Amino acid sequence: MIFLTLVRRDLTLALRQPGALLLPVVFFVLVAALFPFAVGPDARLLARIAPGVVWVAALLASLLPVETLVAPDRADGTIDQIVVRGIALETWAAARLVAHWIGFAVPLLIALPVAAVLLGLPSLAPLALGLALGTPALAALALLAASLTAGLRGGGALAGLIVVPLALPVLIFGVADAPGALRLLAASSLVIVALTPFAAAAALRAAD
Amino acid sequence: MTAATDALIVTDLAAERGGRQVFAGVGFTVARGGAVQVEGANGAGKSTLLRVLAGLLPVAAGSIVNPFVTTLAGHDSALKPGPTLASELAHWARLDRADVSTVASAAAAFALTPLLDLPAGILSSGQRRRAALARVAASGAAVWLLDEPDAGLDAASKALLTAAIAAHRGGGGIVVAVTHGDIGIADPQRLRL
Repeated sequence: MIFLTLVRRDLTLALRQPGALLLPVVFFVLVAALFPFAVGPDARLLARIAPGVVWVAALLASLLPVETLVAPDRADGTIDQIVVRGIALETWAAARLVAHWIGFAVPLLIALPVAAVLLGLPSLAPLALGLALGTPALAALALLAASLTAGLRGGGALAGLIVVPLALPVLIFGVADAPGALRLLAASSLVIVALTPFAAAAALRAAD
Repeated sequence: MTAATDALIVTDLAAERGGRQVFAGVGFTVARGGAVQVEGANGAGKSTLLRVLAGLLPVAAGSIVNPFVTTLAGHDSALKPGPTLASELAHWARLDRADVSTVASAAAAFALTPLLDLPAGILSSGQRRRAALARVAASGAAVWLLDEPDAGLDAASKALLTAAIAAHRGGGGIVVAVTHGDIGIADPQRLRL
């Protein structure tokens, strides 16, 4: 099946460059490590803001791979070859989204305990569950921004302006400590993930 | 809508880039085994014509009737630098739903067999061009759209290209090639843009 072929291809290429997979995660941990220095060693304050810090760190980390997500495939003719074969760009974008999410979220969740220790987070499980639900949306928004800026020089800087406002619902429900917040997080994540392949494909078509 | 035709028919075709008309009134009919050699000055719209035929750019006016599976070798090789040439060609053959064994014969047809185990990133530009042509040959598509297929090829590789085009046409395939001058396509229709 073409979708699985494309996902496997993207994962194979990603594993060839482990540095590119590690970079967002290292950045994620570094941002989390900044806060104890910036806020001071008040353990109660840190534990209180920890979920928000982790989410902001994850959001910022999700912006790092934007410039390598779509632009190289557009520049080297890969996307042309996909289109010539009659493969829908939506299929291509969905496969890229799945592969990118795996390559982004799995290392992030592995690094989460490190960030949790740095921030003195009391319990890990709710945050890990929230991130597991929310990272598909972060990966999708990165892909959307990458598709919108693929033909632009310095598109990565613009990507932040595109992603951050759209990520607000995910951030709000991810940090919220109210009953039902997880469901709303899952819902907003689902909407973003479902719409992104279509939006990304439309952006790529419009750019040609 | 069924295409009750066994030919690639282009009628009164026009294309635009950036809101400016590149060409208009282009028409040709090419049946199985035929070839069209597209010539013209730089900027005349040769590559644009191929991209329109490939479905990468919209048709501004006119029509294209193409009942065949079509493949394109453009200026970009679409080879990733890391994987070996063999795995790159195999990947595209899978997307083409072509038999992966065709990759070996297509690679042999372009003298790429000794290079199959090398990372695609270390290939020279002529070798990358040959790899792109081998991908076209392995695709099993009936219509080959070739954009300056001889660019960067040495004399021996040009002979391989000529032979591959002749073999493809002999098997009932169609070739539309953008060229500057003759590349040994036998008895082509000539289209000047």
